[in-house]
Amino acid sequence: MLTRILMSALIAGLFAGSLVAAVQSFTTTPLIIEAEHYEGGGEVETASIDASLILAHMAGAPGHHASEGAEAWAPEDGLERTIYTSIATIGTGVGFALVLLSVMVLSGAEITAKTGLAWGAAAFVATGLAPALGLSPELPGSAAAALEARQLWWAGTALATALALWLMLRVSSPLAIAIGVALIVAPHLIGAPHPSEYTSQVPGELSGHFASASLVAQALCWALVGSIAGFVWQRQASGSQAA
Amino acid sequence: MNHASTQPTTRGASAQATTQGASAQAMAGLTLFLGLALVFTVGFAHSSTLHNAGHDTRHAMAFPCH
Repeated sequence: MLTRILMSALIAGLFAGSLVAAVQSFTTTPLIIEAEHYEGGGEVETASIDASLILAHMAGAPGHHASEGAEAWAPEDGLERTIYTSIATIGTGVGFALVLLSVMVLSGAEITAKTGLAWGAAAFVATGLAPALGLSPELPGSAAAALEARQLWWAGTALATALALWLMLRVSSPLAIAIGVALIVAPHLIGAPHPSEYTSQVPGELSGHFASASLVAQALCWALVGSIAGFVWQRQASGSQAA
Repeated sequence: MNHASTQPTTRGASAQATTQGASAQAMAGLTLFLGLALVFTVGFAHSSTLHNAGHDTRHAMAFPCH
């Protein structure tokens, strides 16, 4: 069982992640790089300035350069950045596939390419559409509330929506459906954390284009991960059960 | 069923045996944790090295970033 989940997830993550990374390189990444012009290199520079300020208050500051390098490392634009982005996307794909397959096994669901695609679509509703209602996918430089608060709201919304969909589609009793509806609505009644004012330098058109492009990238990732993981899972079954 | 018993299933036998019951659930629980940890590392961890390495993916997957 362990090998089968790991194998299916690794293969699905590798294929889906590579394809999504390729799509990213000509959809979302150019928009991110464009937005960074408006951000003015913001966070990385701030991080290194903070590090040097802290060091300036410590006894002597000979480690300034070493610290700056360690704190502010980022892949070079171009090939290096593309490679790191691809690795991160493949990692996300493997993670998504592990979560999806594990939850399907725990629910006792039949696992095929078709059901994998359906579960992947539901997962996209939970981690893509539901959080996007409160927190629009952001470009660098966008005005936003504190990161921890947004991450907490995002994770809470995704988990609540996923649980709600499971209750509504798998348990499907009137009570389960009622609890499901409440779980879907609750995070939005609580409300996502927003900045006190919107001061983004990034043009609205760019942000709008990015919001839709990133949702498509995430939808594609879940759809590919679900269907490929289901397909590989099924292949392993037919391989070991063939009489 | 007879021809099934003649089938050399040594490779799949142990895996098949654990397919049923609690051990399968435990394995799935373990891989669920592994998957969540992986998504957290790539998409949410606050380490600046991890953030910068996966920066474009965090934005593209609509994870909260910055």
